[in-house]
Amino acid sequence: MTQLDFLVILPVTFLALWASLLLLADVLFLKGQKAILALLAAVGLAVTLGLTLTQSGAHSASAFGGMVVLDGFSNFLAALFSLIGLLGVAVAYGYNRRMGIERGEYYALILFSVSGMMLMAQATDLLMVFLALELLSIPLYVLAAFAYPRASSEEAGLKYFLLGAFATGFVVYGIALTFGATGVTSIPAIAAAVQAGTADTFLLLAGAALILAGFGFKVATVPFHMWTPDVYQGAPTSVTAFMAAGAKAAGFAALLRVFAVAFPSLAADVAPVLWALSALSMLAGNVAAIAQTDVKRMLAYSSIAQAGYILMAFVPFANEAIRPSSVAAALFYLVAYTFTSFGAWGVIMSLEKDSGESAAIADFAGLGKHNPALAVAMTVFMLSLTGLPPTLGLVGKMYLFRVVVEGGFYWLAVIGVVTSLISAFYYLRVVQTMWMKDGKPQVAKEDWLNFAIAFSALATVVLSFVPASLFDWASQAVFFTAR
Amino acid sequence: MNFLFEPLSLVTFFPLLGVLALLFLNSEAKPAIRWTALVSSLLTFALSLWVFFFSGQYNPASGELQLVAKYDWIQVAGWNIRYYLAADGLSILLILLTTFLTPISILSTWTAVQERVKDFMLFFLLLEVGMLGVFVAQDLFLFYIFWEFTLVPMYFLIGIWGGPNRLYAAVKFFLYTMAGSILMLLAILWIGINGGTFSVPELIAQGNIPADIQMWLFVAFTAAFAIKVPMWPLHSWLPDAHVEAPTAGSVILAGVLLKMGTYGFLRFNLPLFPQAALQAAPVIGWLAVIGILYGAAVSYSQKDVKKLVAYSSVSHLGFVMLGMFAMNEQGITGAILQMVNHGLSTGALFLLIGMIYEQTHTREIKVYGGLWKITPVFGSLMLIASLSSMGLPGLNGFVGEFTILLGAFGSAAYGSYWFAILSAIGVILAAIYILYMFQKMFLGPAGEITHHHELKDLNWREIVTLLPLLVLMFWIGLFPQPFFDLMAPAVQNLLTVLK
Repeated sequence: MTQLDFLVILPVTFLALWASLLLLADVLFLKGQKAILALLAAVGLAVTLGLTLTQSGAHSASAFGGMVVLDGFSNFLAALFSLIGLLGVAVAYGYNRRMGIERGEYYALILFSVSGMMLMAQATDLLMVFLALELLSIPLYVLAAFAYPRASSEEAGLKYFLLGAFATGFVVYGIALTFGATGVTSIPAIAAAVQAGTADTFLLLAGAALILAGFGFKVATVPFHMWTPDVYQGAPTSVTAFMAAGAKAAGFAALLRVFAVAFPSLAADVAPVLWALSALSMLAGNVAAIAQTDVKRMLAYSSIAQAGYILMAFVPFANEAIRPSSVAAALFYLVAYTFTSFGAWGVIMSLEKDSGESAAIADFAGLGKHNPALAVAMTVFMLSLTGLPPTLGLVGKMYLFRVVVEGGFYWLAVIGVVTSLISAFYYLRVVQTMWMKDGKPQVAKEDWLNFAIAFSALATVVLSFVPASLFDWASQAVFFTAR
Repeated sequence: MNFLFEPLSLVTFFPLLGVLALLFLNSEAKPAIRWTALVSSLLTFALSLWVFFFSGQYNPASGELQLVAKYDWIQVAGWNIRYYLAADGLSILLILLTTFLTPISILSTWTAVQERVKDFMLFFLLLEVGMLGVFVAQDLFLFYIFWEFTLVPMYFLIGIWGGPNRLYAAVKFFLYTMAGSILMLLAILWIGINGGTFSVPELIAQGNIPADIQMWLFVAFTAAFAIKVPMWPLHSWLPDAHVEAPTAGSVILAGVLLKMGTYGFLRFNLPLFPQAALQAAPVIGWLAVIGILYGAAVSYSQKDVKKLVAYSSVSHLGFVMLGMFAMNEQGITGAILQMVNHGLSTGALFLLIGMIYEQTHTREIKVYGGLWKITPVFGSLMLIASLSSMGLPGLNGFVGEFTILLGAFGSAAYGSYWFAILSAIGVILAAIYILYMFQKMFLGPAGEITHHHELKDLNWREIVTLLPLLVLMFWIGLFPQPFFDLMAPAVQNLLTVLK
């Protein structure tokens, strides 16, 4: 173990330590002073973000005997996860107080989960992937049940935990089969074994399929999506916001790394499966979202559909020439989705009643008249999710579709645009309710929440005009593959 | 930031200054809001005139793209997207039509729009930016952004300030138009990837898209543009949108937004996919002929005068499409002129209908009658606009339709006289439904409404709103040559690409 080893995992180590200290500080020193705790959590995340940025582009290195790696890919995602954490803390502070669920461990759990996500992006060994998966998931199970005397939150926590444990089982079994097939768990070594032809193809395929199923659960693609509406609806909305962006991005991080590095030679077999998962997610997510009257459930189904869009980028991963843009497109869209979905969940939080009962779309009526700023922000998010200008969602979708068209999967692209049209119907319903119907919505005034919403809305609009640097960064997020 | 100080950037984004100013105004200060919007749109109009005619930077005798603003925008990760604006004879009249109709529309809302005036003006000016962007963008990506963006403000204009059935109409408008453009998006991406650039002139110069793929791309682009035009049988969103939209929205919708579709055919479909266009010409031609006759027939049977004018748009834009896909000089110049004509005459008709609707709150033809006696100024102006719309010689409509019919008659792409002959029947039908409408509403005995209402004739503001339109109707009708001269060189260039 060298100094370099620790440098590679510096941000994630710092964050995990900080989370532990936060937990202690909450119990020992800061009883009842949740504001300071939230601030400390934010500081920890900001420092992590800073550390991550200092590592950007500097060097790529493998550490701890090939267990973890620092490369453009992990660096990009680490920055994104720190940002998700920061937004997660910002939206939660006032909301948790209002809902009477202000407890100190909340922030520590968020930080632990973020460190799990960061580790996920860095993992180059299937065992590390598994550890990271647990580190990010277990805090989320707890968080989902955080409003625990409320039955719906308990239900959400339990449901998420049971199905999550089930999915983790799939991943573990998949890892075991892959190990059986190749005799190694290191992702580059698996790739080498596959290339050398020493791997048992059937076992390998079975392993890959199980791993895909496990992560399909995390990112909420059809047919592993059943939990999503209930959990998103039942969990405290602050948790949902964090989970929708964070868990999805982390799941995709693992999928990208594992499939693009370890299993490229399986592409011929896996691509049709990915094709089907992507198409089904877009279709089922968008069609089911139309029927929703509860805005949280609607966004849950929308997030399933969004997973389908991101999954589109994976389909042509067999093609060596396209693979870099395929990865970059997925990363870019994850950024767009993070801002958009955080913002949208934030607006829902502002409108949520103190009882914690879920908000109906009809509750948005009259928002345009009574709180135009919030309505404008929500309009931006809805346009972005639909993929309309002037938002980052459009640019991100363009990138995804480009990859698909480049790969020659025209029908998938057609399904993608047609389902975008379907999605316009229910996103517009929110816009319509806000601006064209009368009502008196009750809006909570929370500074940090409003800040997070405004920040997300601005980022969604402004970055859509100057996406070049973000494109560039995403396209440099290549994998470190040296062994 | 140099790109913002290019002449065309200034024209396109100038309304944003108005938007900015509006943001600082109190939403209760309605007169100030109206004046700000009017002045900024008037300044945009003045600026566009200056740029094209007085700055010396635009040479009307040249058929090339001019006033070029070309900057790198997204040049990473295999993208080759530019901020690329330019204008030529194909677009100059439409740019001017946009900047011309916007202040007129704003003036027409002076008393008609009383609620949420600030929001209304914000959306209206944003819409102007989007429309101008569509006409000046020469990069497919940039074009698509402007194209889709116009949906958003128009959706709000219909949905907030529209008639009783506005929500339905707004969503229908949005989804219909988006349905077309998403297919175009895929085609744009295909072209951009395989051509290595999104710049239209460069792609036209390359001109190496294989014939079979051309057809697919042509169809995808056609989906977007044909819905917007709208061509029969994709027109069903139009009557709803028109009837429900507020007057100013209808004027802009008919005057400019529909032209985005026809302009799209002209700027992209013809030169990018010339072989496919030639192959598809008879099909498009027949659809246009059906649209002409169908639109006219359905107009005749309308009870709502606004719906009548809406369906007449289907008929008139059929003429535009007929001329364009004749693919000869007369056809195309006639089509461009007819785009402007339709904007003027239909715009005037919508304005006039809006003015009477403001007093009576009904548009049913049968409750009017004998209006001319009570409101002579209104009646006279309506007569001129109607005659212009039906193509009476001496007014603008005649010049456009006649040129188009000449083009269709001698068109090698159609290869049959029937296109022109059947369309000529459409001219007669237009006279029937327009005169029928005029007779029922303005002549004869006083109708129910005319009897019971104290109807006021047009006031000065309303006359001032209409006057510029009427002047242009006569101008184009009597001296069309300057307008033809503006577009001729660019049309020649387009024809060389098509050969």
